[in-house]
Amino acid sequence: MSAPLLSVDHLVKRYGEQTVVNDLSFHIDPGECLGIIGPNGAGKTTTIRMSLGLSEPDAGSVRYFDGLAMPRDALAIKARLGVVAQMDTLDPDFTAAENLLVFGRYFGLPDRVIRERIPALLDFAALSHKADAKPGQLSGGMKRRLSLARALINAPDLLLLDEPTTGLDPQARHLMWERLQVLLQQGRSILLTTHFMDEAERLCHRLLVLDHGRKIAEGTPRDLIAKHLEPEVVEVFGQGAVALAQEHSLQTLADRIEVSGETVFFYTRTSQPLLAALQAWPALRTLHRPSNLEDLFLKLTGRQIREEG
Amino acid sequence: MSQIHNNIWAAPRLSMRWWPVFRRNFLVWQKLAIPSLVGNIAEPLMWLVAFGYGLGALVGQIELGGQQVPYILFLASGSICMSAMNAATFEALYSAFSRMHVQKTWDGIMNAPVRLDDVVLAEMLWAAFKALFTVTAILGVMLALGISHSPKLLVAWPVLLGVGITFSCMALIFNALAKGYDFFTYYFTLFLTPMMFLSGIFFPRDQLPPVVRAIADWLPLSAAVDLVRPLFMDRWPEHALRHGLVLAAFTVVSFWVALALTRKRFRG
Repeated sequence: MSAPLLSVDHLVKRYGEQTVVNDLSFHIDPGECLGIIGPNGAGKTTTIRMSLGLSEPDAGSVRYFDGLAMPRDALAIKARLGVVAQMDTLDPDFTAAENLLVFGRYFGLPDRVIRERIPALLDFAALSHKADAKPGQLSGGMKRRLSLARALINAPDLLLLDEPTTGLDPQARHLMWERLQVLLQQGRSILLTTHFMDEAERLCHRLLVLDHGRKIAEGTPRDLIAKHLEPEVVEVFGQGAVALAQEHSLQTLADRIEVSGETVFFYTRTSQPLLAALQAWPALRTLHRPSNLEDLFLKLTGRQIREEG
Repeated sequence: MSQIHNNIWAAPRLSMRWWPVFRRNFLVWQKLAIPSLVGNIAEPLMWLVAFGYGLGALVGQIELGGQQVPYILFLASGSICMSAMNAATFEALYSAFSRMHVQKTWDGIMNAPVRLDDVVLAEMLWAAFKALFTVTAILGVMLALGISHSPKLLVAWPVLLGVGITFSCMALIFNALAKGYDFFTYYFTLFLTPMMFLSGIFFPRDQLPPVVRAIADWLPLSAAVDLVRPLFMDRWPEHALRHGLVLAAFTVVSFWVALALTRKRFRG
């Protein structure tokens, strides 16, 4: 087992009275994709910022590679990192190719080396035909892919991606996922924050669930679901559905019942008796499905809305 | 965790990493150089023509250190300092703020192995370079108009680069404090415009009331004018060391304050 690429130990960050990251520890092994999931304000971005040395932890340590410490060895670490921030920071005055060239120079790479890498990176980002287009002429998905290509200009050992697909339409999101899959198949290592559960399920080998700055669960997506949830869900919705939650005959057939808005969620290990019993309410609509990460996420972090702030 | 890192007033940690950041700005500017040149030199030349030839016809000669000097020469040698100041200031305020705050270019750069200190240094030197470029163009026009043919203009040239450096450092303080572009109006209204009138660009400072003059003598733009103006008249400036020290002091202190405030702004 080789040493972790990144290990974060007992990290704490406070803003005044508020503790936004609370005793957080995790690590990333080579070749691994670690996902940090959590509602708005859970501390995901603050964790990334501290990992990048942009924000000073109040306690704890961030270590990379072979004993490099943030912020002491910030430059040596960043030379080996690729970062895609939540907001695109592409240069609007430069073409896609120039964006890569200029960014590569920040790493001290000679122009010759950068120019050799540019065609492959543009090809990887499916932007070869847009080499001479400026970011203003690119779609949201293209800009994100260009940001990803830019993060690869220094052939990084570890990628840090902060919500890489937020704000993209489904097509663009799938293309981004596919590109990230390719990187993982090449053996790259990725730290990813997201609030898309399907993204986490698809890409991440291991997940960290963060809420109020604390790690509340950790494991592979499959293990987390198996550990915290019943394997099946029956959703019931329609006029009068909410009243079913109080129905004694149904309560005994479900392991757990949740109500959200006009929908009742019956979590169960054996759905057949429950589905049969629900035949008595033919006017209601039912959806029977395996439980997923979204259920886990909502179970662990609650269903109430978290406003940004 | 090291206290040194925490302290925004820690000594600047500078390295050659500023160079790719400077190059980035240069590459953008290359694309827009011609329109930007027109903007940079049109206004100072309008001042020169309107005041130099218009007002100059009324004023005639001005006595300076026992020498009679045409008003246009007096004005040209002062206003070129103002041009250096303005060019550096605009770049270090509006353009740097766009890159820092609006486009988040600095955030992107700092994900690469470049420290904030080097980004600030790059912006400072870039704004000074813009000042030098503007000044060079104006000097060219002044030579063509025959306003001065002093060989000592070759010395004025690097001095004006220094003036650009001083004013870009000062402007970066306000860049670090700004919440939006509107904030810069204060800097212009409260600092630069009064300085423009008090530094002996349009009229000799000995016309000022003694109290005002005592302050005006120590303004960085006054130091710049006192250094540059004699060079236009093919003379060496008096008290050159003192003026140089005034500019150096404003430069060093401003850069340090600008850096500290910028670090504070980026510390989260």
